[in-house]
Amino acid sequence: MAELSYLEAIREGLRQEMERDSRIIIYGEDVGVRGGVFRVTEGLQKQFGEDRVIDSPLAEAAIIGTAIGAAVNGLRPIPEIQFADFIFPAINQIVQEAARIRYRSNGAFHVPLVIRAPFGGGVHGALYHSQSVEAFFAHVPGLKVVVPGTPYDAKGLLAAAVQDEDPVLYFEHKAAYRSLKGEVPEERYLIPIGQADLKREGQHVSIITYGLMVSYALKAAEELEKEGISVEVLDLRSVRPLDVEAILETSKKTGKVLIVHEDNLTGGIGGEVSALISEHALFYLDAPIVRLAAPDVPAMPYSAPLEHAFMVTPEKIRDKARELAKF
Amino acid sequence: MAKAKKKGLHGLDLDVEQIRTMYYYMVLSRELDKRIWILNRQGKSAFVISGQGQEGVQVAAAMALHPETDWIAPYYRDMAMVMAFGMTPREVMLGQMGRAADPSSGGRQMPAHYGHQPKHILTGSSPVATQVVHAVGIAWSMKLQGQAGVALTSLGEGSTNQGEFHEALNFAAVHKVPLIVLVENNGYAISVPQEKEMAIQDVAVRAQGYGIPGVVVKGSDPLEVYQVIREARSRALRGEGTTLVEAKTHRFTAHSSDDDDRSYRSREHLEEEKKDDPIPRMREWMESEKLWDKDAEDALMKRIKHEVDDATEFAEASPLPAAETIYDHVYGSSPA
Repeated sequence: MAELSYLEAIREGLRQEMERDSRIIIYGEDVGVRGGVFRVTEGLQKQFGEDRVIDSPLAEAAIIGTAIGAAVNGLRPIPEIQFADFIFPAINQIVQEAARIRYRSNGAFHVPLVIRAPFGGGVHGALYHSQSVEAFFAHVPGLKVVVPGTPYDAKGLLAAAVQDEDPVLYFEHKAAYRSLKGEVPEERYLIPIGQADLKREGQHVSIITYGLMVSYALKAAEELEKEGISVEVLDLRSVRPLDVEAILETSKKTGKVLIVHEDNLTGGIGGEVSALISEHALFYLDAPIVRLAAPDVPAMPYSAPLEHAFMVTPEKIRDKARELAKF
Repeated sequence: MAKAKKKGLHGLDLDVEQIRTMYYYMVLSRELDKRIWILNRQGKSAFVISGQGQEGVQVAAAMALHPETDWIAPYYRDMAMVMAFGMTPREVMLGQMGRAADPSSGGRQMPAHYGHQPKHILTGSSPVATQVVHAVGIAWSMKLQGQAGVALTSLGEGSTNQGEFHEALNFAAVHKVPLIVLVENNGYAISVPQEKEMAIQDVAVRAQGYGIPGVVVKGSDPLEVYQVIREARSRALRGEGTTLVEAKTHRFTAHSSDDDDRSYRSREHLEEEKKDDPIPRMREWMESEKLWDKDAEDALMKRIKHEVDDATEFAEASPLPAAETIYDHVYGSSPA
């Protein structure tokens, strides 16, 4: 098994899917000749040709809208939005069209579509190259939203997303692209959408998280281990649908839940996870549910002290988990 | 019908039977629409949005296409278009009455949000111009997959102010997709007249900005519309890309059953517009060409009345969707 970076795992996944299914096309801004601004699609145009890996005009609503039309007529498009922050011009196409087409046509039409977008901060990307936008889409029935936290999950979730018959938003953390490495099998495998993964077992506190925060939570857990605090880490992997069973199981086991996300607090995934636990596992809890998230400011600022103040870090997670363990 | 007359009947690639069929669909749509307004006033159908006045454009455009290979992505006034493309009056009426068997949406969407997968009519929504990008995607995928067909999408002139219209035309032009964008310019975006919608006379000139041809055609002349769409289709099939067609037409009703156009359009102006009604114009031309007479007209009206009655009765007798189906079709079953 090869060790791949998070970015390489996505690229290998794309390559494997395209080799497997000739209906797949990839397109977006700079994805062809340049191989993407982060180089995720590097080499793919050379391998698959200009009719399958396509540089498109800079217009997000058209990128998604044309993908919907192409999907209706038999292709399996994987459009890329260059930064998740730029997805909003396409939100009408994603929410009102892609998400609702199956429902509004009573099942006559459907839109198999994977929208890839790099998200997240900590790379001095400031307000418009750092956002976490998953909660907007997790609100919408008809969409599925996945956020891989490891190279292994990145490849397996991509395969599942491509195979899915409904629109899937695939958010990849740009700070994870080169910083995260891990074993990734060469053969194709699927990680079912909606299935969380227990990344670490523990006794005292459960951290429920996803995306880059998974690796941060694992770092925090290692440090707390030295202090005698045993932390369990549940990686949601999909934020819509949520793995309710896994969320309840870990909550019941430790009785203390810390929910962590990089997106800002109010209206985030943490609120939904917290509500599920309150509804279904209240009497197993030994402490109030705690959420650790970005502050409720419009987006991530640029300058280092401000960026640091915005970002959730392994240290912030460690401190919050320790506090909860001592409750 | 100046152009058609000049060219003569044999200058058209339409035979007499097709010309009569064209007229049939125009009248069918007009009569079905009139019945729908009655049902609305009777409290049997909550919403009407009409294409009365635009039938000539719609029928001619649909008949210039090939339903087996082509796709349409229509908008909510296109009842005549979808019927000339293959939807039946019964199917239209099922949607109008929100019945479970409505092929557009199973009673989920407001009436006139047409869609029919087997008949290549793309499902549409209410935010305007969203369908134009979809049609680009369909046409582009035809080209990428080597399918010999074209897509036609239609919209009102007001919708051409949307960003998606511009994004779509640019995308279509860059990728030279086999597409026809048909603007049915009826002069109003609900209540706002064209001079307050845009600072140009002809929407067709917008085509220049994308490097594609833009053609203006008289909407009350279905034979001319047919020729123009036919040529645009041939261009598309020859690999020459997208054409923007603007048909100047009229909306004889209020925007919808929830609107009252007396507050923004004088009755005198409406009467003036009604002089350009495509239906009597077509009939008079057919009569002058000896293709039609009173007997033919009487027989047609009898046939259409029967079809409208049948569609109404069929839809009224058809069951409403069961409340417990509300969760159906949120997602499909996907292997994973």
